[in-house]
Order: sequence, then C-alpha cells, then structure tokens
Amino acid sequence: MKLCLVVDDSKVIRKVARRILEELNFEIEEAVDGQDALDACDKNMPDVVLLDWNMPVMDGLEFLKAIRSREGVEQPVIVFCTTENDMAHIRTAIEAGANEYIMKPFDREIIEAKFTQVGLM
Amino acid sequence: MKTEDFEFLANMLKDRSGLMLTPDKVYLLESRLTPLARKRGLDTLDALVQKLRVSRDEGLCVDVTEAMTTNESFFFRDNTPFDLFKNHVLPAMEKSRGGQKRLRIWCAAASTGQEPYSLAILLRENWMKWQNWKIEIVGTDICTQVLEKAKAGTYSQFEVQRGLPIQMLIKYFTQEGDTWKLNADIRNMVTYRPFNLLNNFVGLGTFDVIYCRNVLIYFDQNTKKQVLERMRKVLANDGTLFLGAAETVLGITDAFRPVRGQRGMYVPSDGDAEQLMGLG
Repeated sequence: MKLCLVVDDSKVIRKVARRILEELNFEIEEAVDGQDALDACDKNMPDVVLLDWNMPVMDGLEFLKAIRSREGVEQPVIVFCTTENDMAHIRTAIEAGANEYIMKPFDREIIEAKFTQVGLM
Repeated sequence: MKTEDFEFLANMLKDRSGLMLTPDKVYLLESRLTPLARKRGLDTLDALVQKLRVSRDEGLCVDVTEAMTTNESFFFRDNTPFDLFKNHVLPAMEKSRGGQKRLRIWCAAASTGQEPYSLAILLRENWMKWQNWKIEIVGTDICTQVLEKAKAGTYSQFEVQRGLPIQMLIKYFTQEGDTWKLNADIRNMVTYRPFNLLNNFVGLGTFDVIYCRNVLIYFDQNTKKQVLERMRKVLANDGTLFLGAAETVLGITDAFRPVRGQRGMYVPSDGDAEQLMGLG
C-alpha cells in the first residue's frame, strides 16, 4: 500500500481527500501546514504528497522547495491541490519541482486521473 | 411515460441515429428531454412527444436526437489507445508513409473534441518528426452542438483536469477567465464536420487510423456490422481501428480482427498491420 501525506489547513478538505484516497487504496497521513508536513516526512517519507498552497506557518511552495533541496532522501511525488488556478502559479509550482497540479474544487475522477498520470496507480 | 410514447421515441431515435434505447433507459429520456421540452415552452415530456407525433417538426427531431446521444469525453480517455498510437501506430506510419508523408486520421465520434485534440497534441509533442507531413485529423459527430464546442476548443477547469497532464495544459492552453482555450496551433490540426454513421461513407476519403470509441454500444448487431464493414472500406489495408474498451468486432464481422493482447485495437483481417507495428 502506498502512503499519501495529505497537507491542508482545512479539516474538511483533508477529510474529503482521505476518503477518496482510501478508496483508491492509499494509506493516509495528514499534516496541517508545510512545517507539520516536513516533520511528517522526517519520520516517515510518503510516496506522494497532496499539497495545499496557502497555509499558515509554512505554505505549500516553501514545503516543496525545502523537500526538493534535500539530498540523499527518496523524493516523494508531489501533487499540488489548491484554489490558486492561474497559469503563473501553475508554472511556479512545476518549475519548483511539483509533479502534478490539481485546481480546486476537485473530485474523485480528477484525483484518480492525476495520480494515474504520475504513475501512482 | 406511456409505453407507446416510449416506443415512438425509441423508433425515431433508432431511425435517425442508430441509438438503441431499451425500456430500462426511460430515466435517460426523462432526464435529458424534460429540459428540452421546457426550453420549447412545453410543460411535460408527454407534450413534447405529442408535438413530435403531430407536427413532425424537423428542428425538434434534431434537438431530441442530439440530447439523447451521449457526449461524455476526456482528454487521453483510457490512456491505452493513445499509448498505442504513440508507440506503435505512429512509428509504423512513419516508415510506411515516409514517401508521401501523408497521414489521415478519423475520429468518428469526436464529441467535444478531446479525442482528436489528444491525438494532435501527441503529434505536436514530436513535431520535428511530423512538421513536414500533411496530417489531417477529421473529427465527426452526429451532434452539431458538441462540434461547435469542439471547434471553439474552450474547456472548463474540470474538463482540463480529467486526463490532461499539467505540462500539456501549460504548453498548449491559454487561460481565459474561468476557462482554458486550446492554442490555435493545435486547434488548426483538426477539422470538424457533422456526420451520421448511418449514412454513406463516400466523400470522407480513406484513412490510416480510425477512432470509433463508445458509439457502437448504442447500436444493434446489424447496424454495428454495417458500420464496421463500411469503416473497413475507408481504412487503409495496413490501417488501425480503435474501439471502446467495452466494444468488439468479434461475433459481429470478419472485416477486422483484434490485435492480440492490445485491448480495443483492431486491424483489417486481410492485412498485416501487426507486423508493421511490431505487435505481430
């Protein structure tokens, strides 16, 4: 079973994402911001991170840059999942090393399609 | 809905589009035609059927047919038919058509354009190889409304997230408010025309590849056979036919045979396309 770290400051979004991903046979960990996510990665590196952008303490882009700058660790697949839906944000995320990008609102089909594209399913 | 009304609509739809409507699909008639009835200022579906019976209003017949033919579509839907196109069909065509450098592709149920545009994007991804070729992608559909949308190449945020990798969104689309518009270089690779698969195929020309996915399931056996046999006549001997994952030629016609191990992929029975594609 693959491990997915769901990072979002909204409890509702985390719950929705968890339900969809569990149905798709992923094991789920949750984090409430970028720093919390980094700590989770230190303990147990996930296969994939579903990552919100705007969060307190540390935002998604900072988390992405921090994790991508680490050497000698198995890099997770990173899928942004955010209300930021303009081309500038998308480019920034991809250039910083995100593998895929989901614009909220999302549904099961979108998650499934995107996770398939990055080879997780 | 009254049985005779259902039968009236089912017969009309079969005659006009080949669509086979079984009694368990009454809900589909109700959910799709009630909004149409209201749009026409009619209170109920019964009133709509009544009007069809009495007036034989051609415009209304067309609207009913269009509303009932399903148009769900995604970019790179089911992935496999596109992987096969990229990894087997195109390399074989590059060799066999290298002299005349011409390639004609037909998407026979193009709907809102995602399938032909996905093929256009795959060609564009390797443009160095194809830019000097004369490549025609023809998208047809019975429904003129969906073809208008296909031509416009404008998709919602939901539509561009179903099947389209983000890198391709960045490369080939421009954001316009809430929607995403496919760039002209891709749009211009596809031509659209309304076409009913029950009609004569003369005038379409011949093709190297045909995509006809998730349409035959709505036809009865005899109509499937006729459509497939007419497709054989407009497909090159070393051409390829793609059907939907739930569709087959087996038990319907001998004109095509399945390519072993490649779901949804068919070649003319009297040809040798598998060898050319390295799938023999």
